[in-house]
Amino acid sequence: MFATLQHWLSGWMWDWLAVLITLLIQAVVVILPIMIAVAYLTYAERKVIAYMQVRMGPNRVGPYGLLQPIADAVKLMFKEVVLPTQSNVYLFLIAPILAIAPAIAVWAVVPFAPGWVVTDIDAGVLYVLAIASITVYGVVVSGWASNSKYAFLGGLRSSAQKISYEIAMGFALVTVLMVADTMNLTKIVEGQQGGIWHWYLIPLLPMFVVYFISGVAETNRAPFDIAEGESEIVAGFHVEYSGMAFAVFFLAEYAMMILISYMTSIMFLGGWLSPFEGIPLLETLFAWVPPFFWLAAKVAFLLFVFLWFRATFPRYRYDQLMRLGWKVFIPLTIVWVFVVMLMHYFKVGPWFN
Amino acid sequence: MTDNIRHWIKTFGLIELFKGLAVTGKYLFKPKITVRYPEEKTPISPRFRGHHALRRYENGEERCIACKLCEAVCPANAITIESEEREDGTRRTTRYDIDMFKCIYCGFCEEACPVDAIVETRVFEYVFWERGENIMTKEKLLAFGDKHEQMIAADKAADAKYR
Repeated sequence: MFATLQHWLSGWMWDWLAVLITLLIQAVVVILPIMIAVAYLTYAERKVIAYMQVRMGPNRVGPYGLLQPIADAVKLMFKEVVLPTQSNVYLFLIAPILAIAPAIAVWAVVPFAPGWVVTDIDAGVLYVLAIASITVYGVVVSGWASNSKYAFLGGLRSSAQKISYEIAMGFALVTVLMVADTMNLTKIVEGQQGGIWHWYLIPLLPMFVVYFISGVAETNRAPFDIAEGESEIVAGFHVEYSGMAFAVFFLAEYAMMILISYMTSIMFLGGWLSPFEGIPLLETLFAWVPPFFWLAAKVAFLLFVFLWFRATFPRYRYDQLMRLGWKVFIPLTIVWVFVVMLMHYFKVGPWFN
Repeated sequence: MTDNIRHWIKTFGLIELFKGLAVTGKYLFKPKITVRYPEEKTPISPRFRGHHALRRYENGEERCIACKLCEAVCPANAITIESEEREDGTRRTTRYDIDMFKCIYCGFCEEACPVDAIVETRVFEYVFWERGENIMTKEKLLAFGDKHEQMIAADKAADAKYR
């Protein structure tokens, strides 16, 4: 679709301008829905947690409080961005950008439906892992630049946590890659074709659990939100941020949540594949549903689980968190990598043809 | 040994976590207890201690006899009373001020009053827009009592058998 647009544009303007315009349109088409999704994810979070606490949540702004995220955004935009006097202003202002830029850049390779992808590169998984791990710089730099002990502690905690869990996450993905035999996200989804029992969720169930829990830790979400732990270090790395600078951190965190849900859906839950594939009657009954709907539904469910976790579990202690990461997840994933490797070598899995 | 195995199954099966999730999942569907305040209100007891009022007898004579028991009992020293003797020999107040900022709404004044003159009503939604409005003068309190006399009388009647 974008290729034809570019072709049509280059017919009556310079080629480089046609490429630039196409790229900009692609970026807007991807980023805008994600920003809207982030806004309404904050609304959903407040609503879900409120409902689990037998409250109603936001319900004053617009019908059912649906305009609440817009009101929040407007409020934050009009607030002053306070620059602490002793802070490193340059780093202080660059930290939110370091946090949000990777959270947006990763979407360049994420497929939304067959063919709906900005760039379909073969090292997609590698790209996602590499870019997503840059977000840790935003947190560390903001903690350092704020020149506040709370922010500093939050930044250090967060960097240690993210790096630890990234290892477990990477190993969990290695098993998927071994099973799928490709790093291309579209091909990973296509490899799961043939019904719900072909999804990697079933043969790799422990890896699915490890990946998702590591994902919760990766995004600094409860119960692993020790980086902001308000009862211990006020708000962690973003204590000194206000107004739009704070909002940018917020956007980055929620965009990463959506990304983790997307990646989990693509890697383990069959991406945009219908769960009714291969079931005689239901398959034809649901044949009209667009593939993107299934992916969105899976992502929505996983995001709901994120919020469900936050409403249920108390925050982990720092040493417990490190123990879980290093002494449970990493050994577990390494063992599973070996199991899958042996199965791959002796061709015993249900997924090797 | 078996304990060990059971422990492993429990931790790796995430049993406790699923139990916790089940609890919050159940509460997701429970009816919500939030009261949307300006539109909905919780029921209020006839004993509710809100805005003060001074009452009158049916013939229009003010009840307060300036005995100053309320002033004496007030733990926050919110009440100030000055009195005079009228031509007919009765004692009445010339000044009866309640500082609503000092008042802690304990209801002692109401309990101390021998003639049921000072009462606390169920009205709790009131604001002061300017400095000085927080001093409730005798005129304001009597006017408030006149305005809500029906409600106050009904509340007192409902509570009478418990006093």
